[in-house]
Amino acid sequence: MHMMYFTEQPMSAYDAQAGLDYGATALNFSNSHYNPIEGSRLYNEYLEDYILAEEYGADGIMLNEHHNAPFCMQAKTNIFASILAATTKRVKIVILGNPLPLCDNPIRMAEELAMIDMISKGRLVPGFVRGGGQEQLASGVNPAFNRERFIEAHDLIQKIWSEPGPFRWEGTHYQHRVVNPWALPMQKPHPRIWVPGVLSKETIIWTAQQRYPYIALNTSIDHTKEIWKQYSDTAADCGYTAGPENFGYLIRVHVQDTEEKALANARQFMWMQGEFTGLAHPVWANPSGYFSPSGRRNFVQFATGRAKNPRGSPTFEQQVADTMIVAGTPSQVIEKLKYLVQHTRPGIMGIWANDGNVSKEDRQRCIKLLCGEVMPAIKEYGKTLGLNDPWEANAPVHLRYSTDLTTRKAAAE
Amino acid sequence: MSVAWTDEVKQIAGCKIHVSRAGTGRTVLVLHHDIGTPDRLPFYDALASKFDVIVPHHPGWGKSERPQWLRHPRDIAAMTAWLLSELGAKDVSVVGLGFGGWIAAEMASQSPQTFRRLVLVAPMGIKPPEGDIADQAIVSYIDYPQAGFHDQAAFETVFGGISIDQLEQWDICREMSFRTAWKPYMYSQTLPHLLGGVQTPSLVIWGDDDRIVPIGAGHAYTKALRNATMTTVAACGHFAEMEKPAEVAKLVTDFVNAG
Repeated sequence: MHMMYFTEQPMSAYDAQAGLDYGATALNFSNSHYNPIEGSRLYNEYLEDYILAEEYGADGIMLNEHHNAPFCMQAKTNIFASILAATTKRVKIVILGNPLPLCDNPIRMAEELAMIDMISKGRLVPGFVRGGGQEQLASGVNPAFNRERFIEAHDLIQKIWSEPGPFRWEGTHYQHRVVNPWALPMQKPHPRIWVPGVLSKETIIWTAQQRYPYIALNTSIDHTKEIWKQYSDTAADCGYTAGPENFGYLIRVHVQDTEEKALANARQFMWMQGEFTGLAHPVWANPSGYFSPSGRRNFVQFATGRAKNPRGSPTFEQQVADTMIVAGTPSQVIEKLKYLVQHTRPGIMGIWANDGNVSKEDRQRCIKLLCGEVMPAIKEYGKTLGLNDPWEANAPVHLRYSTDLTTRKAAAE
Repeated sequence: MSVAWTDEVKQIAGCKIHVSRAGTGRTVLVLHHDIGTPDRLPFYDALASKFDVIVPHHPGWGKSERPQWLRHPRDIAAMTAWLLSELGAKDVSVVGLGFGGWIAAEMASQSPQTFRRLVLVAPMGIKPPEGDIADQAIVSYIDYPQAGFHDQAAFETVFGGISIDQLEQWDICREMSFRTAWKPYMYSQTLPHLLGGVQTPSLVIWGDDDRIVPIGAGHAYTKALRNATMTTVAACGHFAEMEKPAEVAKLVTDFVNAG
């Protein structure tokens, strides 16, 4: 089992009341509330945290990016991945992910990732995402072509990593007359690509069709099982059997020496009213054309205040009771995570450990207990359940490199 | 007086395009807003009592099929010209409403002598000299149309008791607006340079309380077109033909009948 440390890198040093007064903490919440002096301090502290996580035994550091919001300081995930490539020695650098549709030049994306892979000596996992709706608006990218751009940018990067250049790319959203970047990834045939997600069925199916691991982002146990079923059904259609190496699960966990302290800090997971992508107008999060047309009817009612948030707004206590948030001493957390692991059976696990206003001292204590005590126990437990990660399973990095496909797909064709 | 409308479907550029038509007399093509159009409006009826009125749904809007390849209002302009040709319409006057005004201006710029009269009601399509065209992406489906009315009672009259179907339609209309006018948002950088060739007598109409397209864009249109005059409608927002149907219909009728 691959266990990663994750934080949203919260820009917690802003006036939270200002966000509440404005009624939103995303997209249009003014950057006049951003304090670069505090930003500098936090960036450097988060870097220290990552290095500590490696020192105490994490298998990977999971990174992401968001824009125009205090809940995540990483505006460009490749920047932190680059820094970690040089400042860490062992951990996998797992980007979940780069929002491909925001990228007007996928060649540059392929080059950046290749450089990170080489500098890290082959430790990069370059995951890809569609990016949230707000990210499209913050970047001026047309939400109506989000999925098309995601797939086409991915296909171009795949080709760059699979075939020698120069070649020409005349696509629908990307046209490049010369594709021949000299920076290429060190990992062959190419680095493992993982895809995280929460909601969209189309993404689950597409990910299974590539045979990429799908990382469910803090979904409920039942919802996670539905995702696995959707993925497994698609995998069967593609001629392979999905296993734990295809599944990842991100869960919010905070560990301290006492349960009381752990719970107090875990409340910080709710620091923006539990909306981890910030308080926002629904149409910012789901601009027209971004969403699956099948969700249109429900969404328009939610967006105009006629229906409740389909994701609900459970209280902290409810989320703790439902194991959506896990907090406690190492032994308490191990027990709860074993329950989660037993029921979700992931080969990859992301632990989102610190959010909001947790002091540096508490963050680092959490990291030490988490990476030093909890992760090894869960990895050991995972072994007994046969939960192998993609490296342990020697899984192909893409469907096309499979050697175990049944003829079902070929027969269907 | 009730007006008998007929609906038909025409195959244009591989897509089924919905067209409503009513009345007799000179032909008037009406191009609807970015928020689509109700099937029937008092403004349409008023025109149809005087003219042969054609109201298509833009490709991808309302009952018309979406061309996946559609990328710009200029594409809609070309499809609409194709539609007129299929309908055998001659000596046509065009009334473009808001976003439809942009399409009308694109059509006129490509064939400067084709139309009898051109009426642009608060058209998008030109970057306003001051201020910006309101960004519908950041407000709700209801707030945007509401912002296009001076008097909220008038909004209620047209759209009161908004159904879920209407909300869905507005989401689809918004998606089509993004697919065709995302960047630059709701204007063309080349259109202003191409309007000078338009010989068609043109009337630019603007609500004096348009919170969607700044009125300066109207002055810019009037200046760019060779043969245009401008008039404003008092106490009126962007969706002028919905808010002041009789007044706007009279302006159009007088202008189309003149000369």
